[in-house]
Amino acid sequence: MSEQTSRAAALVVLALAMIAAPAFIYPVFVMNAMVMALLAASFNLVFGYTGLLSFGHAAFYGIGSYGAAVLLKDSGWPMPLAMVGAVVAAMVAGFVIGGLAIRRRGIYFAMITLALAEIVHFGIVQWPAAGGENGLQGVPRGSLLWLDLGSSTTLYYVVLVVITAALALTYRIIHSPFGRILHAIRDNEPRAVSLGYSVDRYLLLAMVLSAGLAGLAGALKTLIFQFATLNDVHWGTSGLAVLACLIGGTGTFWGPIIGGVILSLLYSLLAESGEWVSLILGIIFVVCVHLFRDGIVGRARAAAGRLKAATKFTA
Amino acid sequence: MSLPRILCCAAVVSAALGMATTELAAQTPGFSGNSVKIGVLTDMSSINAHMGGPGAVTAVQLAIEDAGPIGVPVEMVSADHQAKPDVGASIARKWYENDGVDMITELTNSAVALAVQNLARSLKKVDLVTGGVADDLVGKSCSPWGIHWTFDTFSLANGTTRTVVQQGGKKWFFITADYAFGHAMEARATAVIKAMGGTVVGGARVPQGTADLSSYLLQAQASGAEVIALANAGTDFATAVKQANEFGITQSGKRLVATIIFIPEIDSIGLESAQGLALTTNFYWDRDEASRAFATRFTARAGRDVVPTEPQAAVYSATLHYLKAVKAAGTDDATAVIAKMKEIPIEDFFARNASIREDGVLVHDLLLLQVKTPAESKKRWDYYKVLSTISGKDAFLPLSESTCPHVKKG
Amino acid sequence: MGSSFAFLWGQLVLGLVNGAFYSLLSLGLALIFGMMGVINFAHGALYMCGAFSAWMLLNYLGIGYWGALLLVPILLFALGAGIESTLLRPLYKIDPVYGLLLTVGLVLIIESIFRLAYGISGRPYPIPASLKGVINLGFMFLPVYRLWVISLSLVLCVAVIVLVEYTKFGAYLRATMENPTLLGAFGLDVARIRSLTFGLGVGLAGLAGVLAAPMLQVSPLMGAHLIIVSFAIVVIGGIGSIKGTVVTGMSIGIIEGLCKTVYSPAAGIVVFVVMALVLLVRPTGLFGRS
Repeated sequence: MSEQTSRAAALVVLALAMIAAPAFIYPVFVMNAMVMALLAASFNLVFGYTGLLSFGHAAFYGIGSYGAAVLLKDSGWPMPLAMVGAVVAAMVAGFVIGGLAIRRRGIYFAMITLALAEIVHFGIVQWPAAGGENGLQGVPRGSLLWLDLGSSTTLYYVVLVVITAALALTYRIIHSPFGRILHAIRDNEPRAVSLGYSVDRYLLLAMVLSAGLAGLAGALKTLIFQFATLNDVHWGTSGLAVLACLIGGTGTFWGPIIGGVILSLLYSLLAESGEWVSLILGIIFVVCVHLFRDGIVGRARAAAGRLKAATKFTA
Repeated sequence: MSLPRILCCAAVVSAALGMATTELAAQTPGFSGNSVKIGVLTDMSSINAHMGGPGAVTAVQLAIEDAGPIGVPVEMVSADHQAKPDVGASIARKWYENDGVDMITELTNSAVALAVQNLARSLKKVDLVTGGVADDLVGKSCSPWGIHWTFDTFSLANGTTRTVVQQGGKKWFFITADYAFGHAMEARATAVIKAMGGTVVGGARVPQGTADLSSYLLQAQASGAEVIALANAGTDFATAVKQANEFGITQSGKRLVATIIFIPEIDSIGLESAQGLALTTNFYWDRDEASRAFATRFTARAGRDVVPTEPQAAVYSATLHYLKAVKAAGTDDATAVIAKMKEIPIEDFFARNASIREDGVLVHDLLLLQVKTPAESKKRWDYYKVLSTISGKDAFLPLSESTCPHVKKG
Repeated sequence: MGSSFAFLWGQLVLGLVNGAFYSLLSLGLALIFGMMGVINFAHGALYMCGAFSAWMLLNYLGIGYWGALLLVPILLFALGAGIESTLLRPLYKIDPVYGLLLTVGLVLIIESIFRLAYGISGRPYPIPASLKGVINLGFMFLPVYRLWVISLSLVLCVAVIVLVEYTKFGAYLRATMENPTLLGAFGLDVARIRSLTFGLGVGLAGLAGVLAAPMLQVSPLMGAHLIIVSFAIVVIGGIGSIKGTVVTGMSIGIIEGLCKTVYSPAAGIVVFVVMALVLLVRPTGLFGRS
């Protein structure tokens, strides 16, 4: 079996598994995992491919989630339009925050995005329509064409399609000429500059796209849970995106997806173990940074590489 | 065909399949799953863990034991929502829809409580909120199957404010936490003050988690107010009390008033700073024989030097009454149980002179307390003097003013 | 009108007290960041450790405030040097963001441990008897303890500036940042200098914790938000400039104080707004070298 066909076969198996999932696993859990995966993937688009660590993705996620809540509940927009509206709002935020933050690199970039996300958090606390710490509750799911989204199973397939499309889009972005330019910037920025690329413009575009995807994740979260709360814009959510990416493997397509799924699994498992959640998450953070920096996908690739080399040798 | 397109086609096919299977899992009368299952969803690791947390689980276990056999086994599950509404809501949904949980209780943290109550209403399931205090729980987010088994913002603000104004505190200054709870508290208290002929001479909205509150205390002092109301909670409140002492504001004769405070917070502030504070609440472990008996059992079971807090006592009371109603009704069907809960009398060490109203308010007597001086306190947890009892009908928002949608006005 | 003037003066003095405290807190962060290129996200958590250590010394060993003021920085110095040599050192070769991520994990661990041990609402720490009372400044009553905080903070700020800018040790420090290989070639132990620097920064955080303990409630989350504020102060001041950090810390304290009287809900984020504005006009910060 060639590598291409085995990869295609794996994709088909995965697709079938996702389609059958609601029959075996609780659909809300799977949807939650998919949302985490999308958030991590959006973060990865910036961190994994440009090397800029954004610690402010909670701002985009939160704007998406609150945006969708307000548009669905207060403005009564139809579901697809509300999603688009939320994504556009997140992209605008990405443009503003990104525009300011890309003036600096490295750790500065991380902390500036964090600080600006705090301003967004403040804005939402001050916004009367957002309901303070109670959040925006009881957001209607609405309907899509003839489908009533009130049923979690129906919603599951809608979310599955949307998230698959969004992830496919990130795949396209990564493998487009634009993605290769981002790579070049990460590996050697002065060279990219000397080749005549206006680096800042590319980085800004990456930020805007990433913000849009994070916003979509937030908007879908609102649709699934029917509320938006301050937790969505809290910096801890940015931290989760980073952690998911780190666990799965930064700079790979599947890494953040796997990381996001693992993290949301971990959350629901640890919920029963009570007081120890954040301690365990902290230990995972430290262990990942030290022993597991390439993440699961990175490790798997290295192992596969070794295996291939070994088989070649014996042959 | 590309991957998204395959998924798209397959999704439509299996959506139909999926919906067909969910229809089959319909409710059967009597006892679902042949047992009664109680879910304790609380905050074990975040900012409210001291008032609910593991102690709430202990209290529910005691209630299950005290209810005795009810005909079918009673099970309990518990989880930590980590103050994250999405975590809380997904656990609640799984409990209600998949795991056969009949009732969810505790729900400290108002965002989580509101999220779970909205969910419970849509699934026609019982939720007994003993932790969250948001007015919306019995207002515009009320549920026919939800009961709010503790005080709310209105009753807290009403109780203390009324007494302090009567005692001559006419000019007020508010130091208000800049979030929904703080705003609601300030608005409720202001209405009472104005109605009783007092005035509000100023106020400041303070971001949550502000470390230095001295600036606001100085503003309060400059305003000429006689009473400084602290419409904040937890560590913010502790800091404000401590700094009011440091700056000599308490000593200068200004009176500090707490709006919401739980006994672990008095323990952590210390009587030196907290002495003299007036507060409204619904449970104090050392109130009388019945409450002391419960506290002794609770402490022994918890295995630590703690006393039950208000939410922990409430969760005991709510669970016990729920189980009594289930036994009397002979079913765990939500509508039947709620009707029974409203019908049979409630009387325990927590809920005094209590009745359940149509909008889900547990009308019960509240206590007006004052924090003891270090000299008056004989041991740890001996912190309050009971000043008076506030009758339930004076303490809660009248039903005629309720904004609850399912309450029939007229 | 006189009373409102007095009121404004009062707010300015409080702003100055907070500013001095911010400077001290940011100093340790600036030192570690400016000299090592590592952002210690656990700075706030270690500050909390400092405050709790003072509380533990008092309640378990009967060692009072003055003893804590001396012992806690030493303890925290050792803790910092330990963290640096075991957890941080292997990460220097790779992207500095991994240092940040490591310390994010440390925050979660440290805060959880204290939360599990002491609960969320914390413990009170008394003001030492010799620093109790208030001074009448005419326009306000200033607690003696606050006066002590501002004095000690200023002395320490000056001491650190002198240490970094005018001593031989300071020259080594700056050299480790700029060219560690060359320094190593001169026979200096770069690893040890880094451990010392990190320990010093953490020790300063611990000292700030002891200073804060009598003013605030000692609680597991007391440092949770301070790291972002401190870092913003370092960025505004300009990386590598200890002087810039001190001046900015003071100014932010005062600006925040004024904000509390004009539009108090925004007091928590005024520092971020200032940071955004400064970065727009001067990307290297007020005192930074490009």
